[in-house]
Amino acid sequence: MSRDRALSAARRRWRRSTGVGMASLGLYRPGTGPLHRLPALVKVLGLAGLGVAVVVASGPLASLDLFGLAALALALARPPLRTTVRGLAPLVVLAVLAAGYQVWRGDPGRAIEVATDLLTLVLAATAVTVSTRMEDLLAVLVQAARPLRRWLPAEALALAVALMLRTVPALGSVLAETRDAARARGLGRDPRALLIPAAIRTVARAQATGQALAARGIGE
Amino acid sequence: MIEFESAGVVVPGPGGEDVRILEPVTCTLSEPRVSVIGPNGSGKSTLVRLINGLALPDRGVVRVNGLDTVTDGPAVRRQVGFVFTDPDAQLVMPTVVEDVLLSLRRLGLSAADRRARALGLLARYQLDHLADVSVHALSGGQKQLLALASVLATEPRILVCDEPTTLLDLRWRRNVDELLDSLEQQTVIVTHDLDAALRADRTLVVDSARVVFDGAPAEAVAFYRALAAPAVEPR
Repeated sequence: MSRDRALSAARRRWRRSTGVGMASLGLYRPGTGPLHRLPALVKVLGLAGLGVAVVVASGPLASLDLFGLAALALALARPPLRTTVRGLAPLVVLAVLAAGYQVWRGDPGRAIEVATDLLTLVLAATAVTVSTRMEDLLAVLVQAARPLRRWLPAEALALAVALMLRTVPALGSVLAETRDAARARGLGRDPRALLIPAAIRTVARAQATGQALAARGIGE
Repeated sequence: MIEFESAGVVVPGPGGEDVRILEPVTCTLSEPRVSVIGPNGSGKSTLVRLINGLALPDRGVVRVNGLDTVTDGPAVRRQVGFVFTDPDAQLVMPTVVEDVLLSLRRLGLSAADRRARALGLLARYQLDHLADVSVHALSGGQKQLLALASVLATEPRILVCDEPTTLLDLRWRRNVDELLDSLEQQTVIVTHDLDAALRADRTLVVDSARVVFDGAPAEAVAFYRALAAPAVEPR
């Protein structure tokens, strides 16, 4: 491997290990565009509607139409291009793999459908989170969960959703750090050296987060 | 004021037996600045976790401004802010401003007031330019400063910090130390930084699950240095 290729591979590994792309995908960006001005409730309902449409609609043409709609929504939200492309890259790879499997099975129409449906949902969700403050999203969730308050505390549900969004990049970092630690000990190709420590660290992190929430009196 | 009355902590050991991680402690902490020093695994964190009810005594009582940490847990935690060593575990929301907003939710303010207050707080700690940045993208020092800001947002009467500067470089350590020194609240700090310990009004030394010294910081640090000195000089 040439020095330049080795350096660019190391840089890619570093970007993965810092979780920069994943962490920033879908992060709220202040703006004044049409999507930013829409009430959070409308956007959440729109996203839910799109999700239903993706499931109900059949055929590659319908999927491509919905994909176009989601792409337009994301363009209106104006997320930072480089970060978004970097954050979406792993999903595009996943979509291509899923499509490739369908092509191998001899169903190219289904391949387009599977790949575009996946990307449609991610693009639409990114458009909503980029253009909506977490505070406003939580308020919508609390409002939506209010009828269920006898069985499900609305604040706890909203907090769980927020925690889930925060945890995705954090888990990416845990995996990357564990992979680096395994590689440093010459165990880079041993899945046990990655999966077991990553699982233990994830549980430890969940416990630490629980303690931090308790310390801040959240959920009491 | 923090009162420990024969407060000790026992946890289940690997074989199901009881392991005492803090022997009963009796003392009253009323000084504005209290530092806690001692070796790793000695029981320092357990001692300070008793103050806001993160750890509960198996015997004895811990009272904060007259409130029992066992029976009045939520009320105690409204008065006691807690800062951990690793801010990554403490920052639970995706962006900087949202983490401060989370702390403010329990104050019952309107959304607009909460946001104005959060942005004001970030400006006070010079984090306002990072308001909409992912907490994941902050440096270690910025994360710890944000963790402190998020805790101070609720204006606790007492602040407990468990090794808040251990993971920080020299510059950020100084920034965080200056911030802690400037606070009006009573502050209890667990630290391995003996300079920081010396700036307190009172210092506890914890070793092998016991408070082995309680007094003036200079004497406490000298005691700890003697405790940590090797029993036999290396050849």
